[in-house]
Amino acid sequence: MTSLTDLGIAQIRDGVRGGAFSAREVAEAYVAAVEKGRALNAFTVETPDHALAAADAADAARTSGDLKPLSGVPLGIKDLFATKGVPTTAGSRILTGFRPPYESTVSANLFAAGAGMLGKLNMDEFAMGSSNETSAWGPVISPWRRRDGGNAALTPGGSSGGSATAVAARLAPGVTGTDTGGSIRQPAAFTGIAGVKPTYGRCSRWGIVAFASSLDQAGPMARDVRDCAILLAAMAGFDPKDSTSLDLKVPKWEANLSSDIRGRRIGIPREYRIDGVPAEIDRVWEQGIQRMRDAGAEIVQVSLPHTKYALPTYYIIAPAEASSNLARYDGVRYGRRVQPAQGGLTDMYEATRAEGFGAEVKRRIMIGTYVLSAGFYDAYFNQAQKVRALIARDFERVWESCDLILTPTAPSAAFALGDKANDPIAMYLNDVFAVPASLAGLPAISVPAGLDDQGLPLGLQLVGRALDEQGVLDAALALEERAGFTARAEAWW
Amino acid sequence: MSVDAATVRHIARLARIAVSDAEVEALAPELNNILGWIEQLQEVDVAGVEPMNAVIPNHLRLRDDMVTDGGIRDDVLANAPAAEHGFFAVPKVIE
Amino acid sequence: MSSYRIHGATGEWEVVIGLEVHAQVASSAKLFSGAATAFGAEPNTQVSLVDAAMPGMLPVPNRLCLVQAVRTGMALEARINPWSRFDRKNYFYPDLPQGYQISQLYHPIVGEGEIEILVDEKDEGSAKRVGIERIHLEQDAGKLMHDQHPNFSYVDLNRSGVALMEIVSRPDMRSPEEAGAYVRKLRSILRYVGSCDGNMEQGSMRADVNVSVRKPGGALGTRTETKNVNSVRFIMAAIEYEANRQVEMLESGGRIVQETRLFDPDKSETRSLRSKEEAHDYRYFPDPDLLPVELDEAFLADCRASLPELPDAKRRRYEQALGLPAYNASVLTAEVETARWFEALLTDLGVHGSPATPSSPEQELARRASNWVISDLFGALNRLGRTIEDSPVGPAQGAELLRLIADGTLSGTLGKQVFEIMLETGQDPARIVEERGLRQTSDTGAIETAIAEVMAANPDKVAEYRSGKDKLFGFFVGQVMKAMQGKANPQVVNELLKKALG
Ligand SMILES: [Mg+2]
Ligand SMILES: [Zn+2]
Repeated sequence: MTSLTDLGIAQIRDGVRGGAFSAREVAEAYVAAVEKGRALNAFTVETPDHALAAADAADAARTSGDLKPLSGVPLGIKDLFATKGVPTTAGSRILTGFRPPYESTVSANLFAAGAGMLGKLNMDEFAMGSSNETSAWGPVISPWRRRDGGNAALTPGGSSGGSATAVAARLAPGVTGTDTGGSIRQPAAFTGIAGVKPTYGRCSRWGIVAFASSLDQAGPMARDVRDCAILLAAMAGFDPKDSTSLDLKVPKWEANLSSDIRGRRIGIPREYRIDGVPAEIDRVWEQGIQRMRDAGAEIVQVSLPHTKYALPTYYIIAPAEASSNLARYDGVRYGRRVQPAQGGLTDMYEATRAEGFGAEVKRRIMIGTYVLSAGFYDAYFNQAQKVRALIARDFERVWESCDLILTPTAPSAAFALGDKANDPIAMYLNDVFAVPASLAGLPAISVPAGLDDQGLPLGLQLVGRALDEQGVLDAALALEERAGFTARAEAWW
Repeated sequence: MSVDAATVRHIARLARIAVSDAEVEALAPELNNILGWIEQLQEVDVAGVEPMNAVIPNHLRLRDDMVTDGGIRDDVLANAPAAEHGFFAVPKVIE
Repeated sequence: MSSYRIHGATGEWEVVIGLEVHAQVASSAKLFSGAATAFGAEPNTQVSLVDAAMPGMLPVPNRLCLVQAVRTGMALEARINPWSRFDRKNYFYPDLPQGYQISQLYHPIVGEGEIEILVDEKDEGSAKRVGIERIHLEQDAGKLMHDQHPNFSYVDLNRSGVALMEIVSRPDMRSPEEAGAYVRKLRSILRYVGSCDGNMEQGSMRADVNVSVRKPGGALGTRTETKNVNSVRFIMAAIEYEANRQVEMLESGGRIVQETRLFDPDKSETRSLRSKEEAHDYRYFPDPDLLPVELDEAFLADCRASLPELPDAKRRRYEQALGLPAYNASVLTAEVETARWFEALLTDLGVHGSPATPSSPEQELARRASNWVISDLFGALNRLGRTIEDSPVGPAQGAELLRLIADGTLSGTLGKQVFEIMLETGQDPARIVEERGLRQTSDTGAIETAIAEVMAANPDKVAEYRSGKDKLFGFFVGQVMKAMQGKANPQVVNELLKKALG
């Protein structure tokens, strides 16, 4: 018999429903896996009691015949989501000790759907990072290792690195992530799992520690496309507490899921072929294109002319919003306060923020403060918002000739911890393919598509029209079926 | 343009982040590097382009004027580093 | 109208004044959260997680606050911007939990408008127009208390997030009196509209006072901004002080620094706020948590339809349709409660607001009623230290009293006597007249008897009068009225006395 931790969300849900095993057994198996996986540093807090209580409720619900969509499914929750009474730090020292007296809408939706929580997942500090190395609680380690036998600790990507590792190492069947400029898709690609960034406004941002408000979106990360569809449906939905939430019914993504994409037009944007990208990335992309063609899709060459400006645009808008969003961490109402002896209020502010924030967060706050400061607003922020409009317009035009866009998710496979830690721009380039869809608010997914020479997973990204998560999921399913990606990290921890 | 030490200090002050001399020295080239990189945006022709206002077309929803919240002082103060007599306490502000 | 001038050593100086009035929007809940706005609650009890800027909390705008800003704009005949937006103004202070104030810099909800003020309410010639530059919506900050603890300041966030309208005038005022008249008029309009309660003691209205001086007709001088002045008197005093200070400074060779100042009501002077002087750079940018505010026709039509008759229109109607003297019309329309009381009084008197023919009995009644309110009622309220809202005599009782005077049941003197009793007892005038027998009499027999008695008792005075000492007539009237216990109809007394004294 396979281990219960080999089961994904759909299998657990169906198994509990059918009585193949109890939710309690599943939860216990995963709680044990979480404990055993501590070397990966994926969790900042473990909450076995929460997972077990939800499991018991699921078992009781089965007896009484009112199982919910996620009854019996234990999940990991990224530490960016406020969880009532459970420490929530966003990977930052400045939120040390913070226990929110409230539950984020997305986690509340998941719990209302019967899910339990295994714990909070490590992440880059305030979701700023692409390697999980900016976490105040230490980097998360990928379960994957290179074939070269060097055993260098690899990054799971970021910022949802704890989320990615938890799924890839079978510490959780599914998790929440958040994606501001690739933070779900890039770690999903690095760890050989699936991850969806839905249309901006699908998932409520209420109770998610804000990084860049106009970009932040929560989304699911799981082992396959179907599990992502199930999880996303439970996370999404209109929330009157978020002014930017979309007042729309949640579609039945799982029920409508179909890999029949005959006649679908898949766009291949020429601007995504950039210099310096390893040949293996191109190879996997070409394979993906061929698989789409095999599935009956029509391949269309398209152009997104402003692509090269997406990353610099993002590195103006996101830091600008962040510099303001993070002003509330001032040592007054929650979290850490550092009071220099004999110091006044300003000294307290400056010491609290200097000691509370890590280097990357400070760097971005400084950039954001600079680009908004007197005399630079038009040249930087306003210019960036105009270029952003052009990037969104590029997509609008492309949708006249295709239905989806297929690209690599990231320009490389997972790199070793420390490799890029001293070169911010090299780090930022990780998200070169992910950021355009974020700026335009479009739904996108990363699915595992193959392995590189070192045996590390590579992902492909599908981007769709606003609100067309179904189209994205369907094409991803077609790719998944044809890729037959079964590789998994050997448990060394 | 280039960011000098004085600018770094000014920005850090605006952001209320204490910086040591060593940090200033390290930050100046770092910020210059990043700002130089984002400078390429200036070459984009944006004539007649409106800055983006809403990521996804949507309408601002409004609330009715009803008291639906408050009365949760314990929750509000629960995480405060210093709270006394129902107030948050901060180092004395001299006006 | 003589212009206000500062007489300096180098000649006359003109004062240029602009005001930014922060008016608290009359709403039950805050601008972006569902916490209450009521004044005087226990600290931090009217604070939601949004107001405390807990991580991940988001603003959702209160419709009524937008409605109130738009209605106010309409009342000031201002341009309403169908597309506006909220911006963040970033700075650190413990009374600002988010680290930014949500305000409107780039696209305010209301654009240019105008207010007509009467600098001297008795002088129609003192009318003047003051331009409104804009009205925008923004959040109020919390409150800091410095005197509760030796080492700490205390923070109360009850006010944090309460909706304010910032009403920015053009620098059109030229004297403390004009500024005072502007604030009073603005307050009156806000209270008519119901968009602000105008309670300055509770901080519902406060002004940032921008003052500069120049040689008459010269280029604008550098201005200073005196923050958060919370009464008309203080605003005028701050201007007076600041204008004189600036003139002295300039004439002694100094320079005016553009700065923020504070008004000290105890010393009646302004003071530089040096501690806050460090370079401000608010880094405004559109709030990404909020979409643009788009007002459609239906919204605007609803706002327009809900506007009441405003003070200027009412004053004109009182003058033209009711035939009231300009002064009476101005006084009665200055405060919405007064106008409301007066109109209830008119309704009870059967006088309607529609145009009547000039000098009709209705107009006569309205005029008398207006005089009675201004002299008798206001006099009494003043004496009792009460406002018209808690007047011990209601409009219906007032109307009854005026009717008793009009139909001759009461003389003017008796009317005043009855009114005093009404104030004391709260009883209806008819009952007072009935129970105390205060009815005026025109019974010639009784009056003639009294006259005869008075003349008999004062033969020497009668003789003096008859020998030409006309002044004594008043004495006889007084004696007769006294004998009649004040109840005789004075006209009848006059006529009969003249006859009897020959
Ligand atoms: Mg001001
Ligand atoms: Zn203001």
